[in-house]
Amino acid sequence: MTIDTLRLTAEEAKGLLERGDVSGAELRAAYREAIDARNEELHCFLTLVDSDDNEGVPIALKDVISTKGVRTTAGSKILENYVPVFDSTVAERCKAAGLQLLGKTNTDEFAMGSSTENSAYGPSKNPWDPTRVPGGSGGGSAAAVSAGLAPWALGSDTGGSIKQPSALCGNVGLRPTYGTVSRYGIVAFASSLDQVGPVTKNVRDNALLYGIISGRDDSDSTTVDVPPVELPDGEDLKGLRVGVPKELNEAEGIEPGVAAAVRRAIDLCASLGADVGECELPRSVEYGMACYYLIAPAEASSNLSRYDGVRYGLRVPADNYYELVARTRDAGFGDEPKRRIMLGTYALSAGYYEAYYGQAQKVRTVIAREFDAAFERFDVLISPTSPMVAFKLGEKSENPLAMYLADVLTIPPNMAGLPGLSVPCGLSEGLPVGLQLIGPQFSENTLFRAGHALELAIGFDTVPERLR
Amino acid sequence: MAISREDVLHVAALAQLELSEEEIARLTVELNDILAAVGKVSELDLSDVPPTSHPLAVVNVFRPDEPRPSLSLDDVFANAPERDADYFRVPPTGAAEESSA
Repeated sequence: MTIDTLRLTAEEAKGLLERGDVSGAELRAAYREAIDARNEELHCFLTLVDSDDNEGVPIALKDVISTKGVRTTAGSKILENYVPVFDSTVAERCKAAGLQLLGKTNTDEFAMGSSTENSAYGPSKNPWDPTRVPGGSGGGSAAAVSAGLAPWALGSDTGGSIKQPSALCGNVGLRPTYGTVSRYGIVAFASSLDQVGPVTKNVRDNALLYGIISGRDDSDSTTVDVPPVELPDGEDLKGLRVGVPKELNEAEGIEPGVAAAVRRAIDLCASLGADVGECELPRSVEYGMACYYLIAPAEASSNLSRYDGVRYGLRVPADNYYELVARTRDAGFGDEPKRRIMLGTYALSAGYYEAYYGQAQKVRTVIAREFDAAFERFDVLISPTSPMVAFKLGEKSENPLAMYLADVLTIPPNMAGLPGLSVPCGLSEGLPVGLQLIGPQFSENTLFRAGHALELAIGFDTVPERLR
Repeated sequence: MAISREDVLHVAALAQLELSEEEIARLTVELNDILAAVGKVSELDLSDVPPTSHPLAVVNVFRPDEPRPSLSLDDVFANAPERDADYFRVPPTGAAEESSA
C-alpha cells in the first residue's frame, strides 16, 4: 500500500502495524524515501540511522537526547564525534515501546536559540517556506514532522524550544510540567528549566507519546509520579474555565495576523461551551525575559563547564592543561554558547550574584504566584505561542536581543514549571500560527482535552501548502 | 559602559575561555546591551519575597543504597581524546600559573 507520510499520524501508523497492513520495514522505507526527497533542502537531520532492531512506529529525536551508539552532537562542534555509550531514559523508553529511530534532528547549539541558525551544522528550513526559519531550538524536529520526514519526534524546551518551533511549523508541541519527564542522558542547558516533550501532527499523538516518555525515573531525582495519561476524544469544552491573560495577548511585538488567529480560537472556545474570561499577569510578561536571561545563562555556564577536552569531545592540544581547556572551549563553542557562558559567569560572580541571579530567583517566585492566582479562577490560560510567524533566515541572527524576544510568551509559564501545549490555529500571511494553552502543574490531561477539541473545531491542515 | 574590556577578560578567565581579540571587542558591546536589558529585574523591590531555585516542591529525594553495575572502563574511555592505561592523559598543569593568571 502507498503510505502518505505527510498525512499519516503516528496513531494511524500504529494501527496499520497492528493490523498487519504494513510492516515496520515498509514504514521505515516510506519515511526514508521522504527524507531522501526533502531533507537536503530542509536539513532536518544531523545524523540518519540506517537500521533499527525495533519494528514499531518510527521516531526522530532531537540531537540533545543521548542515543547509545548513535552520534549526539547537541548542534555543537565540541561534540562533533561524540557517540554516547548509554541511552537517555527517554530514548530507552521509546525503544521499550518498540519505536524505531530514524535519526537525530538539528538544533541550535546546546538548544540555545529560536531559529536553528545557531547550529554549528547550519540551519534547518521551514517546510512552509524554505527561505524562513523553522523556529528553535528544536527546529529540526518540528520541520521533520511538518514535512512528513517523521510521524513524530521529541524535542526539549528550556525557554520555548518545543512550543515555538511547533507554532512556526504548524504542528502540536508539548512542554510538559517540570519533573514529569526524565532528563537522564539529556545534554544539559539550564537544569531548573529543561524539559523533554513530544512534537506531533495532532493532540492525540502528542498524548500517546507523552504517555510513553513520562513518569518517575530513578536516574533523575527531579522526576515525580505522573497522573495516568488520558487520550482525548471529546469535542466540546463544556465546564472548562478559559482565562485570557491580557499581557500575554497584548504584548508588544505580537503581529496583527497572529493576534487575529488566536482571537478566533478564543471565540471558538466560547462556542464550544467554555467559560471565557480575562485575567492579568502584570509582572510575569514584563519581567519574564529578564528573569530568564539571568537564570538560564547562569545555569548554562555551570553545566557547560564540563566541556574541557579531557574526558570526551573536542580537544585542542596545548603544552599545558589550562591552555588546553581554554583553547578547546574557544574552538568548540559557537558565538551563542560563549555569549551565555560569559553572561552567566558574570551574573554568578562575586559582587554581582545577589543583584542579578539572586534577584532573578525572587522574580521567579513573583511569576509563579501570579500564575497560581490566575489558576484559582481558570483551568486553562490561552495566548499566542510566538508573537510572530516564521521569520526570514538571517533576519534576527545578528541581533541577539531581537532573537531572544521570540520566546517572550513561552518563557513566563516555563519559569513557573507549568505545562504548555502549542496547537496550530490558522495562518497569517500564509504561515502557521500557534496558540499556547497553559495549565497548572500536572494538568496535561486538561491541555490535551482542550487542544483536541479546539483542533477538531479549527480544522487546520498541517501539511504545508507547497507540499500538498 | 558598565562592563569594561578588563571585566570581559576577567570573566573569560573564570569561564576558561581563551577569546580572540575580535570576540573580546564584540562581547564587551553585547554584554553591556544584554545586561542593560536583564538589569530590569532590579526595578522591583522584592526584599520580602523568597527566591525560587526549582519549580517543584521536591526535597531530599533518596533511593536505597544498593550497588548496581556501572559503565565498564572501556565504555568510560570510549570518547576520551587521550587514554593512558586507566587514566585520561592531559599535559602538565605546571608552568601554567603565569599564562592563566
